[in-house]
Amino acid sequence: MARAVTTQHKAVATIAAWVVAFLIFFPILYTIITSFKSETEAIAGFNLIPSGTLESYVEVQAQSNYFKFFLNSVILSVGSTILALAVAIPAAWSMAFSPTRRTKDILMWMLSTKMMPAVAVLFPIYLIFRDTGLLDSRIGLTIMLMLINLPIVVWMLYTYFREIPGEILEAARMDGASLWGEIWYVLTPMAVPGIASTMLLNIILAWNEAFWTIRLTTTEAAPLTAFISSFSSPQGLFWAKLSAASTLAIAPILIMGWFSQKQLVRGLTFGAVK
Amino acid sequence: MGQITLRNVSKSFGATTIIPDIDLEIEDGEFVVFVGPSGCGKSTLLRLIAGLEDTSGGTISIDGRDVTGEAPARRKLAMVFQSYALYPHMTVAKNIAFPLKMAGESKETIDRKVAEAARVLNLTNYLERRPGQLSGGQRQRVAIGRAIVRQPSAFLFDEPLSNLDAALRGTMRLEISELHNQLKTTMIYVTHDQVEAMTMADKIVVLNAGNIEQVGSPLELYRSPRNLFVAGFIGSPRMNLIEGETAARHGAKTIGIRPEHLSASTTAGEWKATVGVAEHLGSDTFLHVHSDGVGPLTVRAGGDIGAHHGDTIFLTPDATKVHRFGPDGQALK
Repeated sequence: MARAVTTQHKAVATIAAWVVAFLIFFPILYTIITSFKSETEAIAGFNLIPSGTLESYVEVQAQSNYFKFFLNSVILSVGSTILALAVAIPAAWSMAFSPTRRTKDILMWMLSTKMMPAVAVLFPIYLIFRDTGLLDSRIGLTIMLMLINLPIVVWMLYTYFREIPGEILEAARMDGASLWGEIWYVLTPMAVPGIASTMLLNIILAWNEAFWTIRLTTTEAAPLTAFISSFSSPQGLFWAKLSAASTLAIAPILIMGWFSQKQLVRGLTFGAVK
Repeated sequence: MGQITLRNVSKSFGATTIIPDIDLEIEDGEFVVFVGPSGCGKSTLLRLIAGLEDTSGGTISIDGRDVTGEAPARRKLAMVFQSYALYPHMTVAKNIAFPLKMAGESKETIDRKVAEAARVLNLTNYLERRPGQLSGGQRQRVAIGRAIVRQPSAFLFDEPLSNLDAALRGTMRLEISELHNQLKTTMIYVTHDQVEAMTMADKIVVLNAGNIEQVGSPLELYRSPRNLFVAGFIGSPRMNLIEGETAARHGAKTIGIRPEHLSASTTAGEWKATVGVAEHLGSDTFLHVHSDGVGPLTVRAGGDIGAHHGDTIFLTPDATKVHRFGPDGQALK
C-alpha cells in the first residue's frame, strides 16, 4: 500500500515538474516558432504551427551584421568572466581561509550592491563612461560587466573554497609552498569544478545582461542584446523579425547551457546538500 | 639535527587560554609523544611548533635558532596530518614530489628521492594512482612519504592513526617506530591513545588543560606517576583509585593500585569482593568487581581464573606497588 502511494506521488511530482518546465520554456519555444512565420502570420494571432519560412532570418541578417554582435557578445562575456575570476579568486581565498571579524559583513555588503536598482547609478556611470571615452568600447563594457557580476562570482567561489579542507592548505604551507604556490598548485586545481561552474554561470549572466549593454553602446561594442532591441523599430513591431533576432541571440548560450547543464546544476546546488 | 626547545610558550585565542605557559626540551633524535584527553592542547602545541599557529608568548627554537616568528616552511619540519591532507588532484608520485618541487630541486633529484621513498614505504606500485584510489593505510604511507623526502630536522605527527581500523593501527604503529629507528630523526607524535604513547615513545609528555602534568619515559610514568591525573591516564585498564578509610590506613588521601598489582583468589585475601563483569580475553581476565568499604575495582587475573558474575573473590594488593596521593592530588614520597 505504502509502495503504491509512493509510486503515485512520484508520478504526480514528475508530471508537475514537466508542466512547470514547459511553462517556463514556452515563451522561448513560441519565440522560436514565431521566427519561422511570415510577418502576416505573426500578427494574425496565437498559432503554434508556422509556415516554416526563413524570410525573417534572411531579412535580419540583411539589415544588420549578426556576427559582429555575436563576436561582441563572446568578447564581453568571456572577457568579463576572466577578469572577474582574476579578481575574485584571491578575494574569495582570503575570505575563506583567513577570515576576519568583518568578512561576513563584507560579503553581505558586496551582495547588497546587487539589490540596488541599476537605473539609480545610470547617470553617474554614463557620465564617467562619457568623460573617460569608454562609451561604446569593448573594454569599458567588459569592466562594467565584470563589476556587476563580481559579487556573485566572489560568493560562489567563497562557498566552494570553504569546502576545501584547511589541512590540505596547511600541508602545502609545511611543504614549502608560498602563498601563490598554495593558490596555484593546490587550491585552484582542487576548486576547478567550482571555478568552472562559476565561469559558466557568469558567462550566461554576462551574455544576457541587457540594461548596461544597451545603454552604454551604440554600434562598435554592441552585443546581441542590442541586436535584438534594434528590431523594435519606431514603425511598429515586426514580431517575426524580432523573434528571429531573439532566436539567433539566445541560441549560442542555450546550446552552451545544454551541454554544461550537469556542471551548472552541481555548481548552483553546491553546499546546499551535504 | 632536530633539537627543539620551548621556553614560556603560551597560546590564547581571544580571551580563552589554551596553553598557559610551557617549558619543554626535546632532544635530537628523540621520539616524543604528546598525550592527553581531547581538548588538552596537545594538537595546538604541535601546531605552534610547526608554525601553523602563532604563539601568544614565549620562544620556540630549533637547534638553537629562534624560529618563533618564522613561516612553517622555513622551520625544516615535516608534518603528517590526521586527515592525511594529501593533494587529491595529484598522483602519489606528485604528492611525494611536491615539497621537493617547492624547494626547487632538479627533476633527476626529485625522481630519485621519490623512488627511494616509495621503495621504503612499499608504494612503488602505486605511484601513478591518486589518493582516492588508495586504502587508508596506503594514504597514510603517502603522507609519511611526503614528509620523509624533505629530510626534515623533525617529523610532526598529528594523531596520524586515528582514522584507521584497529588492526591497521597496530601495523602502522610498528612501521612508524621502525622508521624512527632507521632515520633516527626527532619525531613528535600527538595522540589521545595512551597505548600508542606507551608503545612508541622514548619520552611521553602528559598534557592536561594546556599544562604539562609530567614528562618521562613510558615506564617512569607507569611506575611513578607524579599526580592523580597521570596515574589515571597512563596504564590500561586504568589504575584503581581508592579513597576513604582504606587510603587513610596508608596515610594518604587517595591510594592507587593498578589492576595487575591486585592478586585474586577464590579462597582468601585482604579484600572481599563480588564480581560484576568478567572479561575473558584468553591470556588475561579483567574482573570488574565491587568490594564493600573499598569501592569498585578492576582486577587483572590469569586467563584460567574461573570467576563469573556474582562470584565472591578475595583480593590482595601488592603493598610495594601502592601509589599514595595527598589532598592536592600530588604523589607522596
